[in-house]
Amino acid sequence: MDDRPNRPIAGNGHRMVVENRDDMSFQVKREVFVSRDILEREQQALFDHCWIYVGHASELKSPGEFRTRWVAGRPVIFCRDREGNIRCLINSCRHRGATVCREREGTARNFYCMYHGWTYGLDGALRNVPGEEAYPPRFDKTKMGLVAAPRLESYRDFWFVNFDPDAADLVTYLAGAKDYIDLVVDQSPSGRMEIISGTQEYDIKANWKLLVENSVDDYHLVATHATWLNYMRNSGVNIAPPKGSGLLLPTKGLGKDLGNGHLTTDNPNYRGRPVARWISVFGEEAKADIDAIRAELVARLGEARAARVADTNRNLVVFPNLVINDGSSVTVRNFYPVSPDLMHVTAWALGPVEETEAQRARRLHAFLTFYGPGGFATPDDVAALEAVQQGFAAWRDVQWNDLSRGMARNDDQLDTDEGHLRVFWRRWSELMETAA
Amino acid sequence: MNTPMTNAVSRAEVEDLLYHEADLLDSWKLDDWLALMTDDATYYVPPNDKPDADHRFTLFTIADDIVRLRERIIRLKDPNCHAEFPPSRTRRLISNVRVTGVEGDTISVTANFVIYRHRRGGQRQEFVGRYRHKLRRHGGMLKIAERRAILDAEELGALGSVSFIL
Repeated sequence: MDDRPNRPIAGNGHRMVVENRDDMSFQVKREVFVSRDILEREQQALFDHCWIYVGHASELKSPGEFRTRWVAGRPVIFCRDREGNIRCLINSCRHRGATVCREREGTARNFYCMYHGWTYGLDGALRNVPGEEAYPPRFDKTKMGLVAAPRLESYRDFWFVNFDPDAADLVTYLAGAKDYIDLVVDQSPSGRMEIISGTQEYDIKANWKLLVENSVDDYHLVATHATWLNYMRNSGVNIAPPKGSGLLLPTKGLGKDLGNGHLTTDNPNYRGRPVARWISVFGEEAKADIDAIRAELVARLGEARAARVADTNRNLVVFPNLVINDGSSVTVRNFYPVSPDLMHVTAWALGPVEETEAQRARRLHAFLTFYGPGGFATPDDVAALEAVQQGFAAWRDVQWNDLSRGMARNDDQLDTDEGHLRVFWRRWSELMETAA
Repeated sequence: MNTPMTNAVSRAEVEDLLYHEADLLDSWKLDDWLALMTDDATYYVPPNDKPDADHRFTLFTIADDIVRLRERIIRLKDPNCHAEFPPSRTRRLISNVRVTGVEGDTISVTANFVIYRHRRGGQRQEFVGRYRHKLRRHGGMLKIAERRAILDAEELGALGSVSFIL
């Protein structure tokens, strides 16, 4: 074990993530969850160079629609211009800096800065400067539009930005994560999913990387989510692991490396899926409807692919901070550090655009049983991560987290192992050291 | 407003119910609280960005039917409900109680609330909002058939989770 006294890292070989394949140890230094210096370096090494999720095309249905949000530490306007093109503009007036759009969402003809009245088009172009004649000849209005994110690309309606103009394209970046996004989107007969109205925005007093781990860590389910499992059992769902299987959960799930730091769990469903696996919680009256959804999948995708879509769950991390949980419902969640010990989380529900009222209501009901700040599970995740962060106050005394679970396994890593968590940490470490 | 509410209920009776309910929740007498609900009661906390939305089309923070509400109480009483273990200390102040309508056997009421939530380590949160409930009389006793707690905050933000009954 590396027990050298702590020093600030500066590319001097002082490792924050230490893997030893010989003795099969994998450790993460707790300093990475408490250090302001690390947080600043993460901003540069990760958030300024990776593809970062901005929003979903379905949130901007018509020209003029906009959503303001924080992306990679920046205020942005995610909008559709008059020609129907999706844009991501930095929400800061070129004059003296004010945000030019202060509403959460809406439809606009232009963006008007309330400070001095500069007005920008939906494409970001500067349209009007009050008293323009007072500016010197050098002043060129055509060069003073809102700054766009250097790169803006999409995959199957999920839009990402990159603040590094030289970054490789999004599809290359997504690597194996593409296949799992495809599995999510294949739930829709037309291949069109939509963000459902209603946003869950809540803080967790913990380091943002803890939510990456937590989102895909199936090892914690039995301890942290005992009351949710109890609810499942009370509702007639079998939650017992098969006898003699050595499993902690009812089905054998895997943890997978999808390349470029992306990772996922991949497990046979036991907790029901709106598309399309009935469990008793849905009620008898839903059975025929879910059978019909299933039949459509089979007709469109064939038996094997339909089974893949409908009978397996996945909790996907697109490095570094987008999570798509496709389980008892689908949630899209991203999160940003505010300080080393505080993150803002935003979560949405995603569903096929074709859903009937009854199907949509069922999806939302299933969502709320597990997910979200009022669910039966998420509040306990929040409590767990905050307990972890409190424990990290002793980071000088207890310096390392252990993430070696499953390392001695010769075959696939289970979802209750930590192989997929190690995928995140290896990539994190690589990017942080490259940037150092 | 001068609409006479003669056929069913007085504001004093509604206030008695809401104050009693608040006391039960603050005392964590959750089974007694559940007994104030009708057998088909619902409990809603709309999302902060869509406070007036319909839970069938919009992702809420909480949208319980009576089945899930009973399960929520089972969960809240369980020491494995980590978010509420040890249970938060809460104190509810309810005011501006009004009977806003009577339709058949259903009485609509509104009220404002401030709920202080205290946890160890100096954590104090203030949940501020309005109630919009529908009440019905069962065997002479006023019960809650639909319970809606609408938060004023623009986002949950520092309120974190809604892990107790609002």
